[in-house]
Amino acid sequence: MTFFNEAKFLIKENIRDYGMYIALFVILLTFSILTDGLFMSSRNISNLLDSAGYIAVLAVGMTLVIVIRHIDLSVGFAAGFLGAIAAIFLTQMGVSVYITIPVILVFGIFAGLFNGFLIAQIGIPAFVATLAAMLIFRGALLRVTERTGTIIVNDEKFNALGNGFIPSIAEVNGLHLLTLIIGLAGILLYIYSEFSNRRNKKKYQFDVVSKGIFAMKLVLVSAVIAYITWILAGYNGFSWTVVIMLAVVVIYHFLTTKTVLGRHIYAVGSNPEAAHLSGINVKKITYIVFGSMGMLAALSGILFTSRLQSATTTAGTLFELDAIAAAYVGGVSSAGGVGKVTGAIIGAIVMASLTSGMNLMGVGISYQYIIRGGVLAAAVIFDVMTRRKRG
Amino acid sequence: MSGYILEMKGISKEFTGVKALSDVNFKVEKGEIHCLIGENGAGKSTLMKVLSGVYPHGAYQGDIIYEGKAQEFNTINDSVGAGIVIIHQELALFPDLTVYENIFAGNEVKRGSFVDWNETIVQAKKLLQKVKLKVNPETLVKDLSVGKQQLVEIAKALSKDVKLLILDEPTAALNEDDSENLLNLLKDLKQQGITCIMISHKLKEVISIADKATVLRDGKTICTLDAAEEPISESVIIKNMVGREIEDIYPKRLNKKIGDDLLQLFNWNAYDVELGRYVAKNVNFHIKKGEIVGIAGLMGSGRTELALSIFGNPKNYKLSGELLWNGKEKKLPHTRDAIKAGIAYVTEDRKGNGLFLLQDIKNNVTVANLKGISSNGIINDNEEIKVAGEYRKSINIKASSLEQNVGNLSGGNQQKVSIGKWLFVGPRLLILDEPTRGIDVGAKFEIYTIMNKLISEGLSIIMISSELGEVLGMSDRIYVMGEGEIKGELAIEEASQEKIMHLATQ
Repeated sequence: MTFFNEAKFLIKENIRDYGMYIALFVILLTFSILTDGLFMSSRNISNLLDSAGYIAVLAVGMTLVIVIRHIDLSVGFAAGFLGAIAAIFLTQMGVSVYITIPVILVFGIFAGLFNGFLIAQIGIPAFVATLAAMLIFRGALLRVTERTGTIIVNDEKFNALGNGFIPSIAEVNGLHLLTLIIGLAGILLYIYSEFSNRRNKKKYQFDVVSKGIFAMKLVLVSAVIAYITWILAGYNGFSWTVVIMLAVVVIYHFLTTKTVLGRHIYAVGSNPEAAHLSGINVKKITYIVFGSMGMLAALSGILFTSRLQSATTTAGTLFELDAIAAAYVGGVSSAGGVGKVTGAIIGAIVMASLTSGMNLMGVGISYQYIIRGGVLAAAVIFDVMTRRKRG
Repeated sequence: MSGYILEMKGISKEFTGVKALSDVNFKVEKGEIHCLIGENGAGKSTLMKVLSGVYPHGAYQGDIIYEGKAQEFNTINDSVGAGIVIIHQELALFPDLTVYENIFAGNEVKRGSFVDWNETIVQAKKLLQKVKLKVNPETLVKDLSVGKQQLVEIAKALSKDVKLLILDEPTAALNEDDSENLLNLLKDLKQQGITCIMISHKLKEVISIADKATVLRDGKTICTLDAAEEPISESVIIKNMVGREIEDIYPKRLNKKIGDDLLQLFNWNAYDVELGRYVAKNVNFHIKKGEIVGIAGLMGSGRTELALSIFGNPKNYKLSGELLWNGKEKKLPHTRDAIKAGIAYVTEDRKGNGLFLLQDIKNNVTVANLKGISSNGIINDNEEIKVAGEYRKSINIKASSLEQNVGNLSGGNQQKVSIGKWLFVGPRLLILDEPTRGIDVGAKFEIYTIMNKLISEGLSIIMISSELGEVLGMSDRIYVMGEGEIKGELAIEEASQEKIMHLATQ
């Protein structure tokens, strides 16, 4: 097979996986042209990623919930409520930020497990169970903020999570040094893992892609990482939000693709009955997925509160729907068993890019909703079409 | 007989490079029962889909002449309008609606723009009489047995003034009584001038009912047999179906080494709380190491339920009695406990609760034993590909690659993936529930060969099957079940089809 033919074949085979990346690329390019490059400026990209953070972590959890054929409507107000509790811990109770964050995450896990209990143990449809939880969290949020109204958070360490950046060590030509180092390390790690993967496959005498394609992939991905690093280094470097987002993706990507637990989650989503008969504990998986969703909702609440530097009475409104939209744009399927964590992040970034780009262009809010709705519909249509072609 | 009601001439249909039908000729005379026979994948269903307009005119080559006129059906409604009704293997009824609502669904009896329910019930009663179904038309369809539901389907077809009735494996899910009822009904309908095309795998039925039988093989018409000229015989049909005489359908097993008891059940009961009755009652059963035990019986006789009650009881029956595993009492409260102990269950419904159709072959093979390819919960991808590749070779799974989705495989290969999945668990007792249902003769032989190989390696196999030939051909010992009870136990030397049927219908 010639280099070109092989590339064509690979793209055709994996169009479903690559589709989102292509869509994101097209969106970024379009906005760059329309805004004379302002969109791709360091400052804007940095802001864009920070504003995507709290939805992106929700979308990761939501993807897994949708993969096992459920839905979680409670995450928005769960995030709002837990964010408010965090604010209360920090301000009114004077708890240290290092204690507050883990405690809030554990609260989130319990909130998620409660949903899991209603769904797995009692057998209530997820839509109804989490709708009830959504109302409860909304009420709880109002209850705790009723007396004080908006709670202002003054803790600098806490607020850095949503607004701060990693320390720089030194500036090189106005570029953020630590960011550059991390970016370089990321590229080296990536190249190393690809090489060791390839060596392993060869050891087992499996087919690997040709050298040309392999080299091209390495160069392409490295270039993308380098470019993003360079852009961010030009402003304030990696923000804490980006670091947290990356950590969540890396951990969840590993969990879902490389572990027994991940396989079990996808098996349950693919065919619950068959999973049960294969000795998989379907209830346990449901608990775990909802528990993780609850923890990520807590994380989302922390990021949002920190970003606003305050807890408000309406925090979390419609987060759940943004997260669901991001998950669907990211390629999850409501029929269950299909959807990737990396897709969810890309989906969240696509949606944030649309908002940011249209804001820069001064597009009215009414059109913004319409266009975002259109993109969501287009993503699902693309998904259905590519699947039909395969089946 | 008064000429042809249907002539299909030179029908060809291609699916992206694969010829499903090539130049098929199929003629049906008015008022006859014409059986369409062939292995799975021979093109029977495709031909019927062409006829009923599922594949619109233009999507295939050739002509359909129906009642003397060339027809161009574009949708199912066109063919139904012409009086052609097809009843699929999977019934298309609404379980939560009543019998009369089902009969007239999509074809409501109207007065003005409104449904006339009273008239509907009156007409439904008449139709039910025609199909000899004695039920209250206000019964919900889900409360009827499968056999009765089948009759409701036919009543529904009759409500549409059917002239040509097509039945796709109508007796596949029926027990002997219901099957016979149905066949008698078809004969009655024939008296009333309704022409019938029946697709069937059960050759005995074909012989008893067909005026003519057309055999398809590899998308081509092989021959049309006419009972009026010469009685249709099973051997002639099989010869034409497979293109060769089958002498050894069942491979001979070498070196039988049967050991001690592996599993014993004493006074074993399983009570289904939802149904409110015992699905297995007072069962005494045992299987030895290296033995194939057949469980025969009619559909719904409790065979699958008994198997599930052993296999970690996934349906949460209330169990009582004694289960000995290797001579020691053992409790298996979950499927995972059963798997751990060394029991594997290959389901009868591989698409419904056996396989992960959207996932690839390797994921399906390893899903029940991910421990075997992982350490500390982390999966070794390469090890997985290696394992799956080994099973692909050893049990001959035909696929373009291990990454092919299981949903795109043929029935026989899907079944092999199911078996591979359970072999990877390393079982000592393999329960095969209808191991060859819906797969063609060639793949059947392969599965029998695999079974014999496993036995020679010391496994024990419980084979649940509705095919008496298979039970007699493969088992060392046979239990016959009926109404959740063991009705009898037969050594293979003394067993015969008649004896089994006699016990099963006691």
